[in-house]
Amino acid sequence: MNMNGRPLPQPDNVSAPFWAAAAEGKVLFQECPECGHRQFYPRAMCTDCAAETEWREASGRGTVHTFTVIRQNWAEPFRGELPYVVAMVELEEGVKMMSNISDCAADDVHIGMPVEAYGERVEDGLGVLFWRPGKAHRG
Amino acid sequence: MQRALADSGVRKSDIDGYMCAGGGMGRETAVDMAEYLQIQHRFIDGTMTGGSTFEFYVQHAAAAIKDGLCDTILVTYGSDLLSLQGRMLGTRGFLVEGQRVGGPMQYEAPYGNVLVGAYAMAAQRHMYEYGTTSEQLAEIAVAVRGHAKLNPNALYREPITVEDVLASRMIADPLHKLDCCVISDGGGALIMTTAERARDLAKAPVYVLGAGGSQTHWNIGQMPDFTRTSAELAGREAFGRAGVTPADIDTIQFYDSFTITVLLLLEDLGFCAKGEGGPFVEGGTLQLGGRLPLNTDGGGLSSCHPGMRGIFLLIEAARQLRGEANEAQVADAKLALACGSGGWLSCMGAVVLGNEAP
Repeated sequence: MNMNGRPLPQPDNVSAPFWAAAAEGKVLFQECPECGHRQFYPRAMCTDCAAETEWREASGRGTVHTFTVIRQNWAEPFRGELPYVVAMVELEEGVKMMSNISDCAADDVHIGMPVEAYGERVEDGLGVLFWRPGKAHRG
Repeated sequence: MQRALADSGVRKSDIDGYMCAGGGMGRETAVDMAEYLQIQHRFIDGTMTGGSTFEFYVQHAAAAIKDGLCDTILVTYGSDLLSLQGRMLGTRGFLVEGQRVGGPMQYEAPYGNVLVGAYAMAAQRHMYEYGTTSEQLAEIAVAVRGHAKLNPNALYREPITVEDVLASRMIADPLHKLDCCVISDGGGALIMTTAERARDLAKAPVYVLGAGGSQTHWNIGQMPDFTRTSAELAGREAFGRAGVTPADIDTIQFYDSFTITVLLLLEDLGFCAKGEGGPFVEGGTLQLGGRLPLNTDGGGLSSCHPGMRGIFLLIEAARQLRGEANEAQVADAKLALACGSGGWLSCMGAVVLGNEAP
């Protein structure tokens, strides 16, 4: 995935571990040891019971929950990438996150499609996660 | 403000409450505008829920007036969105090349989503779960364009067909150009006061019978269910307080940022069951002369969309209930439902209005 010019995350004290893991190609999410609730994006507390959460490493496998093919975007650098897929990926572990689906034709993407995560390292402590077609996983 | 004062017969000095969320995307604040207009208020609200802001204001204003915090509230909206940034709100986004983004947007910023794309993901999921078709979504655009034809101030007035919508350029699958609202400048104002005061004013009053508003998320990546919105809760509140049901409503003024927005609102507000919005809108249901005329001013899809058009839903509902809609008049309209959608299908505000005192 071409990273040139993409708007990038500004990690904060809560999100820093997530972005650092992404640089290593790992997908983190938060789980609450009190109530078992899983959440993404990372927050300072559990959104169900307000307890402290713990990090969990996801398998990196998921499915396309919904998506669109962006065919018009005036903003660089995306203008030069058209058409491209923006999708909500549902991880095996249940949480959903936005990303792009790469390594396949935009018109081949469909809801329910198995995908796997990979990280593009930007700098120390910062990588961005993307997804590409993967093997079907057991539910 | 001038025209709302003239229309109602309220004197500017009578206004003691003010609500405003400013320009195209909330640039000017309520305090800026209260200074500019020189409003001596004893109640002010600058709540900002995006396009549904003004439906939330009706809820807040009714409570404030009932509680005696003030008597007469002015609500204003003005935007130069088109002049400011051209037709790029939906497909340029708010981010700049190479920008570092904090807050909740840090999880979406690298992926180049655009405003249209958010709604497109909801439409895609609705099609997947319920078999909704592009033809059915197009029916909504066709109905609204038919009403824009009757509004001399509407931006686009030439009739369109379902085929025209499907043949228009794909912007973000499955939404075509004609599934998307226009971008315009625009503004509006409304005045709310007690029923007692309203009786002595220039025009027949329109009564707020019930209002409700709620939120499921703000950024689209956090939408819990891409086929359900907070209009489910907002509608229950509004209908419950009004003591009426969807079957009683004569005309609907819905936030038509995109055709899918209207479809989801119809389902979530209970005009049809979840998943049945597609068949429901077929056969001219939403056209004048149909069961449930939608956006009789031409809506955001054809008339105007300056960024947050929720105020126009209330203004058009009031015109209908006063019998002032000319060629677009819904015969014998007694009850109207205005429902705004703000953010990315995030914050929904519903208001039941009637022309008879509750």
